[in-house]
Amino acid sequence: MIENYLNIFINAIFIENLALSVFLGMCTFIAISKKIEAAIGLGIAVIVVLAITVPINNLIYNYILRDGALAWAGLSDVDLSFVGLISYIGVIAACVQILEMFLDKYVPVLYNALGIFLPLITVNCAILGASLFMVEKDLYFGESIAYGLGAGVGWALAITILAGIREKLKYSDMPEGLQGLGSTFIIVGLMSFGFMSFGGIIL
Amino acid sequence: MSNYSEILFRPVFKENPIALQMLGICSALAVTSKLYPTLIMCVALTVTVSLSNFFISMIRNITPSNIRIIVQMTIISSLVILVDQALKAYDYETSKTLSVFVGLIITNCIVMGRAEAFAMQNPPGVSFLDGFGNGLGYSVILIILGTIRELFGTGTILEYEIFPLVQNGGWYVPNNFFLLPPVSFILIGLIIWALRAWQKDQIEEPEFRMSHNSPEIVPNPPPTPSSKVAS
Repeated sequence: MIENYLNIFINAIFIENLALSVFLGMCTFIAISKKIEAAIGLGIAVIVVLAITVPINNLIYNYILRDGALAWAGLSDVDLSFVGLISYIGVIAACVQILEMFLDKYVPVLYNALGIFLPLITVNCAILGASLFMVEKDLYFGESIAYGLGAGVGWALAITILAGIREKLKYSDMPEGLQGLGSTFIIVGLMSFGFMSFGGIIL
Repeated sequence: MSNYSEILFRPVFKENPIALQMLGICSALAVTSKLYPTLIMCVALTVTVSLSNFFISMIRNITPSNIRIIVQMTIISSLVILVDQALKAYDYETSKTLSVFVGLIITNCIVMGRAEAFAMQNPPGVSFLDGFGNGLGYSVILIILGTIRELFGTGTILEYEIFPLVQNGGWYVPNNFFLLPPVSFILIGLIIWALRAWQKDQIEEPEFRMSHNSPEIVPNPPPTPSSKVAS
């Protein structure tokens, strides 16, 4: 039982890393990786939001949206899975908003540290992507917690590594056209090759 | 008239959403290993961004500004659901290949970005053109990527054999390296380099410059006594 959860967790961090294997959340991944502090802040925010929204969306999918899920309400032949997208994004937007208000009131230190990253997270494709992958993998509620947490940790790990590399790289002498964005893309490509080597791991 | 064509073509090369504004990169990488799904993705995104710009611009004067994000999200996700359902109905195979990436158009930053930056300030017709132009800018990069990756990865374009393959008696050994997802990062990096070699004003200023300390590479060496004597 524990093994299964651990398996999903490790799998989500290394083998199916959201940023480096399925390329989600790339816009923020590249835009906010210039400074390592900012990258860590955003990483933590993503972990928190993923760990909350993936299980909630899992409940919504399993008890309301999936084919025949409304059997408990006496509507056993209703299939609402086509409104999935709009409900997941609604849940994510609402969660981010609530989390923001909660942190503002009770944990102002963390709130100030995260700053503008929290509202930005609503439109981070990694968050919606993780929910969609959760549906595609057909996970149970417990598994979805492990998956959400693992996916978040994996993304945070990737952005922290990239920020570290970019902080060193700004001292290097590069061809003009490659400065900034061009070189960042190539580095992410190389990092992604590195993460492909985890692909052979069987847990 | 020139104003309209400016709005339409500006995003294609001058302000390309992927290469300059860093928007909408996520889907650019994962779907481009073959050209056909790439084309479908381009059509899906262009339709969504044009229509969402159009509708958001239509209601821009009656949308209260503090709930505008949710209003935009609702419009965009309804459009994406339509696109997704249409794709499932008419081309189920491709919708399987694209898997979650059609749904992820909702969070594609190009759509949100254009809605915020352009459609909220401009009338519907112009906004539609702007959306269409940005869709084209996105499509240009994706099609270049898809073509290169399919051509070198499998020797074909749209399943039609361009390079005769070794197993069919030709000379080309398919380079599977190009089918790996990370390659699209490296290719985008190179495309950006090429684009910036052409459009010089897109080059980013480096934060630090090498200072040239060593005497050999000082651009204009001060005249030395010996050179004075020679002249």
